[in-house]
Amino acid sequence: MNALSIHNLVKTYKNGTQALKGIDFEVQEGEFSALLGPNGAGKTTAIGIITSLVNKTSGTVKVFDYDIDTEIERAKSCIGLVPQEINFNQFEKISDIVINQAGFYGIPRRLAKQRTEKYLKQLSLWDKRDDISRTLSGGMKRRLMIARALVHEPKLLILDEPTAGVDIEVRRSMWMFLKKINKEGITIILTTHYLEEAEDLCRRVAIIDKGRIIEQGRTRDLLAKLHTETFVLNLREPLQQVPPLDGYAVTQVDDTTLEVEVNKSQDVNMLFGLLSQQHIQVTSMRNKVNRLEELFVRLVEGKG
Amino acid sequence: MRISRFRENYIGFQTIVIKEVGRVLRIWIQTLVPPAITMTLYFIIFGSLIGSRVGQLGGFSYMAYIAPGLIMMSVITSSYANVVSSFFGAKFGRHVEELLVSPLPNYMIVLGYVAGGVVRGLLVGILVTVIALFFTRLHMVHPFVTLSVVILTAVVFSLGGLINAVFAKKFDDVTIVPTFILTPLTYLGGVFYSINMLPVVWQHIARANPILYMVNAFRYGILGVSDIGIGTAYAIILFSIIGLFSFSLYLLHNGVGLRS
Repeated sequence: MNALSIHNLVKTYKNGTQALKGIDFEVQEGEFSALLGPNGAGKTTAIGIITSLVNKTSGTVKVFDYDIDTEIERAKSCIGLVPQEINFNQFEKISDIVINQAGFYGIPRRLAKQRTEKYLKQLSLWDKRDDISRTLSGGMKRRLMIARALVHEPKLLILDEPTAGVDIEVRRSMWMFLKKINKEGITIILTTHYLEEAEDLCRRVAIIDKGRIIEQGRTRDLLAKLHTETFVLNLREPLQQVPPLDGYAVTQVDDTTLEVEVNKSQDVNMLFGLLSQQHIQVTSMRNKVNRLEELFVRLVEGKG
Repeated sequence: MRISRFRENYIGFQTIVIKEVGRVLRIWIQTLVPPAITMTLYFIIFGSLIGSRVGQLGGFSYMAYIAPGLIMMSVITSSYANVVSSFFGAKFGRHVEELLVSPLPNYMIVLGYVAGGVVRGLLVGILVTVIALFFTRLHMVHPFVTLSVVILTAVVFSLGGLINAVFAKKFDDVTIVPTFILTPLTYLGGVFYSINMLPVVWQHIARANPILYMVNAFRYGILGVSDIGIGTAYAIILFSIIGLFSFSLYLLHNGVGLRS
Protein backbone atom coordinates (compact mmCIF):
# COMPACT_ATOMS: atom_id res chain seq x y z
CA MET A 1 0.00 0.00 0.00
CA ASN A 2 1.09 3.55 -0.64
CA ALA A 3 1.54 5.62 2.49
CA LEU A 4 1.26 8.71 0.33
CA SER A 5 0.02 9.25 -3.22
CA ILE A 6 0.11 12.69 -4.74
CA HIS A 7 -1.25 13.20 -8.21
CA ASN A 8 -1.04 16.34 -10.32
CA LEU A 9 -0.86 18.58 -7.25
CA VAL A 10 -1.06 22.28 -8.06
CA LYS A 11 -0.83 25.21 -5.70
CA THR A 12 -1.18 28.79 -6.82
CA TYR A 13 -1.06 31.40 -4.06
CA LYS A 14 -3.31 34.47 -4.11
CA ASN A 15 -0.42 36.65 -5.27
CA GLY A 16 -0.16 34.47 -8.38
CA THR A 17 2.93 32.50 -7.32
CA GLN A 18 2.66 28.96 -8.60
CA ALA A 19 4.43 26.99 -5.87
CA LEU A 20 3.51 23.56 -7.25
CA LYS A 21 3.00 22.93 -10.94
CA GLY A 22 1.41 19.50 -10.97
CA ILE A 23 3.62 17.17 -8.98
CA ASP A 24 3.25 13.40 -8.77
CA PHE A 25 4.88 11.68 -5.81
CA GLU A 26 4.40 8.33 -4.16
CA VAL A 27 5.81 6.82 -0.99
CA GLN A 28 5.30 3.19 -0.12
CA GLU A 29 4.39 2.05 3.36
CA GLY A 30 7.50 1.51 5.50
CA GLU A 31 9.79 3.56 3.27
CA PHE A 32 12.18 6.31 4.31
CA SER A 33 11.97 8.99 1.62
CA ALA A 34 13.38 12.44 1.10
CA LEU A 35 12.03 15.43 -0.71
CA LEU A 36 14.95 17.57 -1.76
CA GLY A 37 15.02 20.96 -3.32
CA PRO A 38 16.46 24.46 -3.02
CA ASN A 39 14.71 27.19 -1.03
CA GLY A 40 11.36 28.08 -2.59
CA ALA A 41 11.19 24.85 -4.59
CA GLY A 42 7.78 23.92 -3.14
CA LYS A 43 8.75 21.35 -0.46
CA THR A 44 7.07 23.09 2.47
CA THR A 45 4.00 23.90 0.36
CA ALA A 46 3.67 20.21 -0.55
CA ILE A 47 3.98 19.20 3.10
CA GLY A 48 1.53 21.94 4.09
CA ILE A 49 -1.07 20.54 1.70
CA ILE A 50 -0.56 16.95 2.90
CA THR A 51 -1.02 18.05 6.51
CA SER A 52 -3.94 20.48 5.86
CA LEU A 53 -2.01 23.63 6.70
CA VAL A 54 -2.20 24.85 3.11
CA ASN A 55 -5.21 24.70 0.77
CA LYS A 56 -4.44 23.04 -2.55
CA THR A 57 -5.54 24.54 -5.85
CA SER A 58 -6.09 21.20 -7.60
CA GLY A 59 -4.91 17.60 -7.67
CA THR A 60 -5.34 14.68 -5.32
CA VAL A 61 -3.56 13.65 -2.13
CA LYS A 62 -4.17 10.31 -0.50
CA VAL A 63 -2.70 9.19 2.81
CA PHE A 64 -2.94 5.43 3.26
CA ASP A 65 -5.71 5.58 0.63
CA TYR A 66 -7.67 8.22 2.54
CA ASP A 67 -8.37 11.12 0.20
CA ILE A 68 -7.82 14.44 1.97
CA ASP A 69 -10.84 15.85 0.10
CA THR A 70 -13.30 13.27 1.38
CA GLU A 71 -11.72 11.58 4.42
CA ILE A 72 -9.59 14.33 5.88
CA GLU A 73 -9.98 13.27 9.52
CA ARG A 74 -8.85 9.70 8.82
CA ALA A 75 -5.97 10.98 6.70
CA LYS A 76 -4.89 13.36 9.47
CA SER A 77 -4.97 10.54 12.05
CA CYS A 78 -2.28 8.73 10.06
CA ILE A 79 0.15 11.68 9.95
CA GLY A 80 2.61 13.09 12.46
CA LEU A 81 4.21 16.40 11.47
CA VAL A 82 7.48 17.93 12.58
CA PRO A 83 7.40 21.39 11.00
CA GLN A 84 10.35 23.50 9.98
CA GLU A 85 9.55 26.36 12.38
CA ILE A 86 9.01 26.00 16.11
CA ASN A 87 5.23 25.98 16.54
CA PHE A 88 4.48 25.00 20.11
CA ASN A 89 3.38 27.33 22.89
CA GLN A 90 6.65 28.65 24.28
CA PHE A 91 5.04 29.32 27.66
CA GLU A 92 3.67 25.84 28.17
CA LYS A 93 5.24 22.99 30.11
CA ILE A 94 7.00 20.43 27.94
CA SER A 95 4.92 17.49 29.15
CA ASP A 96 1.69 19.48 28.69
CA ILE A 97 2.55 20.20 25.04
CA VAL A 98 2.84 16.49 24.29
CA ILE A 99 -0.15 15.42 26.45
CA ASN A 100 -2.40 18.06 24.88
CA GLN A 101 -1.40 17.04 21.38
CA ALA A 102 -2.40 13.46 22.22
CA GLY A 103 -5.73 14.83 23.44
CA PHE A 104 -6.36 16.58 20.12
CA TYR A 105 -6.01 13.17 18.49
CA GLY A 106 -8.59 11.68 20.86
CA ILE A 107 -6.17 9.76 23.07
CA PRO A 108 -7.44 9.36 26.66
CA ARG A 109 -5.43 11.34 29.21
CA ARG A 110 -4.01 8.35 31.08
CA LEU A 111 -2.68 6.79 27.86
CA ALA A 112 -1.48 10.20 26.71
CA LYS A 113 0.60 10.54 29.88
CA GLN A 114 2.12 7.07 29.41
CA ARG A 115 3.05 7.84 25.81
CA THR A 116 4.41 11.25 26.74
CA GLU A 117 6.74 9.58 29.23
CA LYS A 118 7.76 6.99 26.62
CA TYR A 119 8.61 9.49 23.87
CA LEU A 120 10.16 12.13 26.13
CA LYS A 121 12.42 9.40 27.54
CA GLN A 122 13.31 8.12 24.06
CA LEU A 123 14.21 11.65 23.00
CA SER A 124 16.11 12.40 26.22
CA LEU A 125 13.70 15.11 27.37
CA TRP A 126 12.10 13.37 30.35
CA ASP A 127 14.26 15.25 32.85
CA LYS A 128 12.98 18.50 31.37
CA ARG A 129 9.29 17.53 31.43
CA ASP A 130 8.28 20.19 33.97
CA ASP A 131 10.28 22.99 32.34
CA ILE A 132 8.72 25.74 30.27
CA SER A 133 9.39 24.98 26.61
CA ARG A 134 11.07 28.28 25.74
CA THR A 135 13.94 27.38 28.07
CA LEU A 136 14.97 24.47 25.84
CA SER A 137 17.94 24.64 23.47
CA GLY A 138 17.35 24.58 19.69
CA GLY A 139 18.12 20.86 19.44
CA MET A 140 15.83 20.05 22.35
CA LYS A 141 12.99 22.03 20.77
CA ARG A 142 13.36 19.94 17.62
CA ARG A 143 13.27 16.76 19.69
CA LEU A 144 10.19 18.01 21.51
CA MET A 145 8.44 18.49 18.18
CA ILE A 146 9.37 14.92 17.23
CA ALA A 147 7.94 13.60 20.53
CA ARG A 148 4.79 15.64 19.96
CA ALA A 149 4.45 14.29 16.41
CA LEU A 150 4.82 10.69 17.60
CA VAL A 151 2.51 10.76 20.61
CA HIS A 152 -0.53 9.59 18.63
CA GLU A 153 1.66 6.90 17.03
CA PRO A 154 1.18 7.92 13.40
CA LYS A 155 1.85 5.56 10.50
CA LEU A 156 3.46 8.37 8.49
CA LEU A 157 5.93 10.82 9.99
CA ILE A 158 6.72 13.94 7.98
CA LEU A 159 9.73 16.03 8.99
CA ASP A 160 10.36 19.39 7.37
CA GLU A 161 14.06 20.17 7.75
CA PRO A 162 14.25 18.50 11.16
CA THR A 163 17.96 19.00 11.68
CA ALA A 164 18.29 22.56 10.42
CA GLY A 165 20.46 24.55 12.78
CA VAL A 166 21.28 21.73 15.19
CA ASP A 167 24.81 20.63 15.97
CA ILE A 168 26.33 17.53 14.44
CA GLU A 169 26.01 15.42 17.59
CA VAL A 170 22.30 16.13 17.95
CA ARG A 171 21.83 15.61 14.21
CA ARG A 172 23.44 12.20 14.33
CA SER A 173 21.44 11.12 17.37
CA MET A 174 18.29 12.24 15.56
CA TRP A 175 19.28 10.19 12.51
CA MET A 176 19.73 7.12 14.69
CA PHE A 177 16.35 7.67 16.29
CA LEU A 178 14.64 8.12 12.92
CA LYS A 179 16.29 4.98 11.55
CA LYS A 180 15.08 3.07 14.61
CA ILE A 181 11.44 4.15 14.32
CA ASN A 182 11.50 3.52 10.57
CA LYS A 183 12.66 -0.05 11.28
CA GLU A 184 9.73 -0.35 13.68
CA GLY A 185 7.41 0.33 10.76
CA ILE A 186 6.79 4.07 10.60
CA THR A 187 6.95 5.50 7.09
CA ILE A 188 9.10 8.63 7.06
CA ILE A 189 9.29 11.52 4.64
CA LEU A 190 11.77 14.28 5.26
CA THR A 191 12.84 17.40 3.54
CA THR A 192 16.38 18.47 4.15
CA HIS A 193 19.13 20.74 3.00
CA TYR A 194 21.72 18.28 4.30
CA LEU A 195 22.01 15.99 1.32
CA GLU A 196 24.34 13.80 3.30
CA GLU A 197 21.33 13.21 5.55
CA ALA A 198 19.16 12.06 2.65
CA GLU A 199 21.93 9.85 1.25
CA ASP A 200 22.52 8.24 4.62
CA LEU A 201 18.89 7.76 5.64
CA CYS A 202 16.63 7.53 2.64
CA ARG A 203 15.97 4.66 0.29
CA ARG A 204 14.04 6.92 -2.06
CA VAL A 205 14.57 10.50 -3.06
CA ALA A 206 12.52 13.03 -5.02
CA ILE A 207 14.13 16.23 -6.19
CA ILE A 208 11.81 19.20 -6.55
CA ASP A 209 12.68 22.47 -8.19
CA LYS A 210 10.50 25.45 -9.13
CA GLY A 211 7.35 23.52 -8.30
CA ARG A 212 8.13 20.43 -10.36
CA ILE A 213 9.58 17.05 -9.45
CA ILE A 214 12.61 16.85 -11.71
CA GLU A 215 13.85 13.44 -10.58
CA GLN A 216 12.69 10.68 -8.29
CA GLY A 217 13.51 7.11 -7.57
CA ARG A 218 15.66 4.89 -5.36
CA THR A 219 18.62 6.80 -3.94
CA ARG A 220 20.99 4.11 -5.24
CA ASP A 221 19.58 4.34 -8.78
CA LEU A 222 19.75 8.11 -8.81
CA LEU A 223 23.34 8.08 -7.65
CA ALA A 224 24.18 5.63 -10.43
CA LYS A 225 23.20 8.36 -12.88
CA LEU A 226 26.03 10.49 -11.64
CA HIS A 227 28.72 10.41 -14.32
CA THR A 228 31.55 12.10 -12.49
CA GLU A 229 32.79 12.53 -8.97
CA THR A 230 35.29 15.10 -7.78
CA PHE A 231 37.96 13.95 -5.33
CA VAL A 232 40.08 16.22 -3.21
CA LEU A 233 43.61 14.86 -2.71
CA ASN A 234 45.89 16.09 0.06
CA LEU A 235 49.57 15.69 -0.83
CA ARG A 236 52.62 15.08 1.35
CA GLU A 237 54.96 17.40 -0.63
CA PRO A 238 54.05 20.78 -2.15
CA LEU A 239 53.78 20.95 -5.94
CA GLN A 240 55.16 23.72 -8.11
CA GLN A 241 52.74 23.09 -10.99
CA VAL A 242 49.73 20.98 -11.92
CA PRO A 243 50.98 17.45 -12.69
CA PRO A 244 50.01 15.97 -16.09
CA LEU A 245 47.48 13.22 -15.36
CA ASP A 246 46.32 11.98 -18.79
CA GLY A 247 42.55 11.68 -19.08
CA TYR A 248 41.77 13.35 -15.77
CA ALA A 249 40.65 16.94 -15.27
CA VAL A 250 42.93 18.28 -12.55
CA THR A 251 42.80 21.56 -10.65
CA GLN A 252 45.40 22.69 -8.17
CA VAL A 253 43.71 24.28 -5.16
CA ASP A 254 46.95 25.12 -3.32
CA ASP A 255 50.51 23.76 -2.98
CA THR A 256 49.43 20.51 -1.38
CA THR A 257 45.83 20.07 -2.60
CA LEU A 258 44.52 18.80 -5.91
CA GLU A 259 40.97 18.34 -7.18
CA VAL A 260 40.55 15.54 -9.69
CA GLU A 261 37.38 14.69 -11.61
CA VAL A 262 36.94 10.94 -12.13
CA ASN A 263 34.23 9.78 -14.50
CA LYS A 264 32.55 6.40 -14.63
CA SER A 265 34.77 4.99 -17.39
CA GLN A 266 37.87 5.69 -15.33
CA ASP A 267 39.03 4.22 -12.08
CA VAL A 268 40.78 5.53 -9.04
CA ASN A 269 43.55 2.86 -9.16
CA MET A 270 44.71 4.20 -12.50
CA LEU A 271 44.76 7.70 -11.06
CA PHE A 272 46.92 6.55 -8.16
CA GLY A 273 49.18 4.73 -10.60
CA LEU A 274 49.79 7.96 -12.51
CA LEU A 275 50.42 9.85 -9.27
CA SER A 276 52.93 7.20 -8.10
CA GLN A 277 54.78 7.37 -11.43
CA GLN A 278 55.34 11.07 -10.75
CA HIS A 279 56.37 10.38 -7.12
CA ILE A 280 53.41 12.27 -5.76
CA GLN A 281 52.37 10.91 -2.38
CA VAL A 282 48.73 11.27 -1.33
CA THR A 283 48.14 11.49 2.43
CA SER A 284 44.31 11.58 2.31
CA MET A 285 41.40 11.74 -0.10
CA ARG A 286 37.75 12.78 0.14
CA ASN A 287 34.76 13.56 -2.08
CA LYS A 288 34.53 17.27 -2.77
CA VAL A 289 30.79 17.16 -2.02
CA ASN A 290 28.69 14.14 -1.24
CA ARG A 291 27.43 12.29 -4.26
CA LEU A 292 23.80 13.21 -3.83
CA GLU A 293 24.72 16.85 -3.52
CA GLU A 294 26.63 16.61 -6.78
CA LEU A 295 23.65 15.02 -8.50
CA PHE A 296 21.33 17.59 -6.95
CA VAL A 297 23.39 20.52 -8.12
CA ARG A 298 23.69 19.08 -11.62
CA LEU A 299 19.93 18.49 -11.86
CA VAL A 300 18.91 21.84 -10.45
CA GLU A 301 21.40 23.68 -12.62
CA GLY A 302 20.28 21.67 -15.62
CA LYS A 303 23.64 19.94 -16.08
CA GLY A 304 22.22 16.49 -15.44
CA MET B 1 -8.33 -0.80 21.51
CA ARG B 2 -10.23 1.42 19.12
CA ILE B 3 -12.41 4.09 20.65
CA SER B 4 -15.33 5.62 18.81
CA ARG B 5 -14.95 8.76 16.73
CA PHE B 6 -17.41 10.54 19.02
CA ARG B 7 -15.33 9.70 22.09
CA GLU B 8 -12.14 10.82 20.32
CA ASN B 9 -13.77 14.13 19.44
CA TYR B 10 -15.03 14.54 22.98
CA ILE B 11 -11.49 13.97 24.34
CA GLY B 12 -10.22 16.61 21.90
CA PHE B 13 -12.88 19.07 23.07
CA GLN B 14 -12.08 18.29 26.71
CA THR B 15 -8.39 18.90 26.04
CA ILE B 16 -9.05 22.38 24.64
CA VAL B 17 -11.29 23.20 27.62
CA ILE B 18 -8.71 21.99 30.17
CA LYS B 19 -6.04 23.99 28.36
CA GLU B 20 -8.18 27.14 28.18
CA VAL B 21 -9.43 26.99 31.77
CA GLY B 22 -5.89 26.24 32.92
CA ARG B 23 -4.76 29.39 31.12
CA VAL B 24 -7.48 31.51 32.77
CA LEU B 25 -6.53 30.24 36.23
CA ARG B 26 -2.77 30.38 35.62
CA ILE B 27 -2.88 34.06 34.68
CA TRP B 28 -5.75 34.95 37.05
CA ILE B 29 -4.17 38.27 37.84
CA GLN B 30 -4.76 39.26 34.21
CA THR B 31 -8.00 37.41 33.58
CA LEU B 32 -10.04 37.66 36.78
CA VAL B 33 -8.74 40.54 38.87
CA PRO B 34 -8.99 43.53 36.45
CA PRO B 35 -12.77 43.20 35.78
CA ALA B 36 -13.34 42.80 39.53
CA ILE B 37 -11.45 46.03 40.24
CA THR B 38 -13.19 47.94 37.42
CA MET B 39 -16.63 46.80 38.54
CA THR B 40 -15.87 47.67 42.16
CA LEU B 41 -15.09 51.21 41.00
CA TYR B 42 -18.34 51.32 39.01
CA PHE B 43 -20.28 50.24 42.10
CA ILE B 44 -18.57 52.86 44.27
CA ILE B 45 -18.78 55.77 41.81
CA PHE B 46 -22.02 55.18 39.89
CA GLY B 47 -23.90 53.04 42.37
CA SER B 48 -22.95 54.50 45.73
CA LEU B 49 -21.82 58.12 45.15
CA ILE B 50 -23.93 59.18 42.15
CA GLY B 51 -26.65 56.52 42.53
CA SER B 52 -27.66 57.75 45.98
CA ARG B 53 -28.71 61.04 44.34
CA VAL B 54 -30.52 59.41 41.38
CA GLY B 55 -33.32 57.86 43.35
CA GLN B 56 -35.29 54.79 42.26
CA LEU B 57 -35.36 53.25 38.80
CA GLY B 58 -37.91 50.59 37.84
CA GLY B 59 -38.88 50.36 41.49
CA PHE B 60 -35.33 49.61 42.67
CA SER B 61 -32.48 51.63 44.08
CA TYR B 62 -30.08 52.79 41.36
CA MET B 63 -27.40 50.50 42.79
CA ALA B 64 -29.67 47.45 42.53
CA TYR B 65 -30.81 48.52 39.05
CA ILE B 66 -27.33 48.78 37.56
CA ALA B 67 -25.90 45.70 39.31
CA PRO B 68 -27.27 43.13 36.76
CA GLY B 69 -26.07 45.35 33.91
CA LEU B 70 -22.59 45.60 35.37
CA ILE B 71 -22.43 41.84 35.94
CA MET B 72 -23.51 41.27 32.34
CA MET B 73 -21.01 43.86 31.08
CA SER B 74 -18.16 42.03 32.80
CA VAL B 75 -19.34 38.68 31.41
CA ILE B 76 -19.52 40.09 27.88
CA THR B 77 -16.08 41.71 27.92
CA SER B 78 -14.39 38.76 29.67
CA SER B 79 -15.77 36.01 27.44
CA TYR B 80 -14.91 38.03 24.33
CA ALA B 81 -11.44 38.94 25.58
CA ASN B 82 -10.65 35.37 26.56
CA VAL B 83 -11.26 33.81 23.17
CA VAL B 84 -9.88 36.65 21.08
CA SER B 85 -6.61 36.76 23.02
CA SER B 86 -6.19 33.01 23.37
CA PHE B 87 -7.01 32.13 19.76
CA PHE B 88 -5.03 35.02 18.31
CA GLY B 89 -2.12 34.10 20.59
CA ALA B 90 -2.27 30.55 19.23
CA LYS B 91 -2.37 31.90 15.69
CA PHE B 92 0.47 34.35 16.28
CA GLY B 93 2.64 31.73 18.00
CA ARG B 94 1.62 29.21 15.32
CA HIS B 95 0.59 26.62 17.89
CA VAL B 96 -2.91 26.73 16.42
CA GLU B 97 -1.27 24.37 13.89
CA GLU B 98 -1.33 21.71 16.61
CA LEU B 99 -5.11 21.77 16.23
CA LEU B 100 -5.22 22.25 12.48
CA VAL B 101 -3.14 19.14 11.76
CA SER B 102 -5.18 17.03 14.19
CA PRO B 103 -8.30 15.14 13.16
CA LEU B 104 -10.43 17.18 15.55
CA PRO B 105 -13.44 18.52 13.59
CA ASN B 106 -13.79 22.29 13.28
CA TYR B 107 -17.02 22.38 15.30
CA MET B 108 -15.17 20.83 18.25
CA ILE B 109 -12.40 23.42 18.00
CA VAL B 110 -15.03 26.19 18.04
CA LEU B 111 -16.90 24.57 20.95
CA GLY B 112 -13.68 24.10 22.92
CA TYR B 113 -12.65 27.74 22.66
CA VAL B 114 -16.21 28.92 23.32
CA ALA B 115 -16.36 26.77 26.45
CA GLY B 116 -13.13 28.40 27.65
CA GLY B 117 -14.64 31.85 27.05
CA VAL B 118 -17.86 30.93 28.82
CA VAL B 119 -15.97 29.61 31.85
CA ARG B 120 -13.98 32.82 32.18
CA GLY B 121 -17.11 34.93 31.62
CA LEU B 122 -18.95 33.03 34.34
CA LEU B 123 -16.04 33.14 36.79
CA VAL B 124 -15.80 36.90 36.36
CA GLY B 125 -19.63 37.17 36.58
CA ILE B 126 -19.62 35.28 39.89
CA LEU B 127 -16.82 37.47 41.21
CA VAL B 128 -18.64 40.68 40.25
CA THR B 129 -21.89 39.33 41.75
CA VAL B 130 -20.10 38.73 45.04
CA ILE B 131 -18.73 42.29 44.91
CA ALA B 132 -22.22 43.62 44.09
CA LEU B 133 -23.58 41.92 47.20
CA PHE B 134 -21.36 44.14 49.31
CA PHE B 135 -23.25 47.15 47.95
CA THR B 136 -26.82 45.97 47.45
CA ARG B 137 -29.21 43.06 47.95
CA LEU B 138 -29.96 40.94 44.87
CA HIS B 139 -32.70 38.32 44.71
CA MET B 140 -32.85 36.00 41.74
CA VAL B 141 -36.50 36.32 40.75
CA HIS B 142 -36.22 34.01 37.73
CA PRO B 143 -33.20 31.72 38.23
CA PHE B 144 -33.61 29.85 34.93
CA VAL B 145 -33.75 33.10 32.92
CA THR B 146 -30.76 34.49 34.83
CA LEU B 147 -28.56 31.45 34.28
CA SER B 148 -29.61 30.69 30.72
CA VAL B 149 -29.23 34.32 29.59
CA VAL B 150 -25.79 34.73 31.17
CA ILE B 151 -24.51 31.48 29.67
CA LEU B 152 -25.98 32.11 26.22
CA THR B 153 -24.66 35.68 26.18
CA ALA B 154 -21.19 34.42 27.10
CA VAL B 155 -21.49 31.97 24.16
CA VAL B 156 -22.41 34.82 21.79
CA PHE B 157 -19.41 36.92 22.77
CA SER B 158 -17.01 34.00 22.86
CA LEU B 159 -17.98 33.28 19.26
CA GLY B 160 -17.51 36.97 18.47
CA GLY B 161 -14.02 36.83 20.00
CA LEU B 162 -13.14 33.77 17.94
CA ILE B 163 -14.22 35.44 14.69
CA ASN B 164 -12.25 38.56 15.60
CA ALA B 165 -9.17 36.43 16.27
CA VAL B 166 -9.53 34.58 12.97
CA PHE B 167 -9.50 37.85 11.03
CA ALA B 168 -6.88 39.58 13.18
CA LYS B 169 -3.46 39.89 11.59
CA LYS B 170 -1.74 41.88 14.33
CA PHE B 171 -2.29 42.63 18.02
CA ASP B 172 -3.94 45.99 17.20
CA ASP B 173 -6.71 44.14 15.36
CA VAL B 174 -7.60 42.32 18.57
CA THR B 175 -8.40 45.57 20.39
CA ILE B 176 -10.30 47.40 17.64
CA VAL B 177 -13.63 45.59 18.03
CA PRO B 178 -13.76 45.75 21.86
CA THR B 179 -12.76 49.43 21.87
CA PHE B 180 -14.85 50.79 19.02
CA ILE B 181 -17.83 48.43 18.93
CA LEU B 182 -18.25 46.34 22.07
CA THR B 183 -17.68 49.02 24.72
CA PRO B 184 -19.98 51.66 23.15
CA LEU B 185 -22.72 49.09 22.52
CA THR B 186 -22.45 47.84 26.11
CA TYR B 187 -22.60 51.36 27.58
CA LEU B 188 -25.58 52.16 25.34
CA GLY B 189 -27.16 48.77 26.08
CA GLY B 190 -29.14 49.88 29.11
CA VAL B 191 -26.54 49.01 31.73
CA PHE B 192 -26.88 52.37 33.51
CA TYR B 193 -30.37 53.47 32.50
CA SER B 194 -33.77 52.34 31.29
CA ILE B 195 -34.38 53.07 27.62
CA ASN B 196 -37.76 54.49 28.68
CA MET B 197 -35.77 57.49 29.89
CA LEU B 198 -34.65 58.20 26.29
CA PRO B 199 -36.56 60.27 23.69
CA VAL B 200 -38.81 58.08 21.49
CA VAL B 201 -36.47 58.24 18.49
CA TRP B 202 -33.52 57.09 20.57
CA GLN B 203 -35.62 54.34 22.10
CA HIS B 204 -36.14 52.94 18.57
CA ILE B 205 -32.44 53.29 17.76
CA ALA B 206 -31.47 51.66 21.06
CA ARG B 207 -33.58 48.63 20.16
CA ALA B 208 -31.19 47.91 17.28
CA ASN B 209 -28.49 47.17 19.86
CA PRO B 210 -28.46 43.42 20.65
CA ILE B 211 -26.69 43.99 23.97
CA LEU B 212 -29.77 45.88 25.20
CA TYR B 213 -31.76 42.63 25.00
CA MET B 214 -29.12 40.61 26.84
CA VAL B 215 -28.72 43.14 29.65
CA ASN B 216 -32.48 43.52 30.06
CA ALA B 217 -33.17 39.79 29.96
CA PHE B 218 -30.55 39.29 32.67
CA ARG B 219 -31.99 42.15 34.72
CA TYR B 220 -35.41 40.51 34.33
CA GLY B 221 -33.94 37.26 35.69
CA ILE B 222 -32.57 38.99 38.79
CA LEU B 223 -34.98 41.89 39.46
CA GLY B 224 -38.03 40.89 37.44
CA VAL B 225 -38.07 44.13 35.40
CA SER B 226 -37.17 44.64 31.75
CA ASP B 227 -37.54 47.26 29.01
CA ILE B 228 -38.03 44.60 26.34
CA GLY B 229 -39.88 41.30 25.87
CA ILE B 230 -37.98 38.26 27.17
CA GLY B 231 -39.09 36.15 24.21
CA THR B 232 -37.54 38.67 21.82
CA ALA B 233 -34.34 38.64 23.87
CA TYR B 234 -34.05 34.83 23.69
CA ALA B 235 -34.79 34.90 19.95
CA ILE B 236 -32.04 37.48 19.33
CA ILE B 237 -29.52 35.62 21.49
CA LEU B 238 -30.24 32.24 19.87
CA PHE B 239 -30.25 33.75 16.38
CA SER B 240 -26.88 35.37 17.13
CA ILE B 241 -25.45 32.06 18.35
CA ILE B 242 -26.61 30.18 15.27
CA GLY B 243 -25.35 32.90 12.92
CA LEU B 244 -21.96 33.34 14.62
CA PHE B 245 -21.39 29.60 15.08
CA SER B 246 -22.15 28.93 11.39
CA PHE B 247 -19.85 31.77 10.36
CA SER B 248 -17.05 30.45 12.61
CA LEU B 249 -17.36 27.01 11.02
CA TYR B 250 -17.29 28.55 7.56
CA LEU B 251 -14.10 30.47 8.43
CA LEU B 252 -12.35 27.43 9.88
CA HIS B 253 -13.47 25.16 7.05
CA ASN B 254 -12.05 27.54 4.46
CA GLY B 255 -9.01 28.29 6.56
CA VAL B 256 -9.62 32.05 6.45
CA GLY B 257 -6.73 33.72 8.28
CA LEU B 258 -5.34 30.30 9.19
CA ARG B 259 -4.32 28.52 6.00
CA SER B 260 -2.73 30.00 2.88
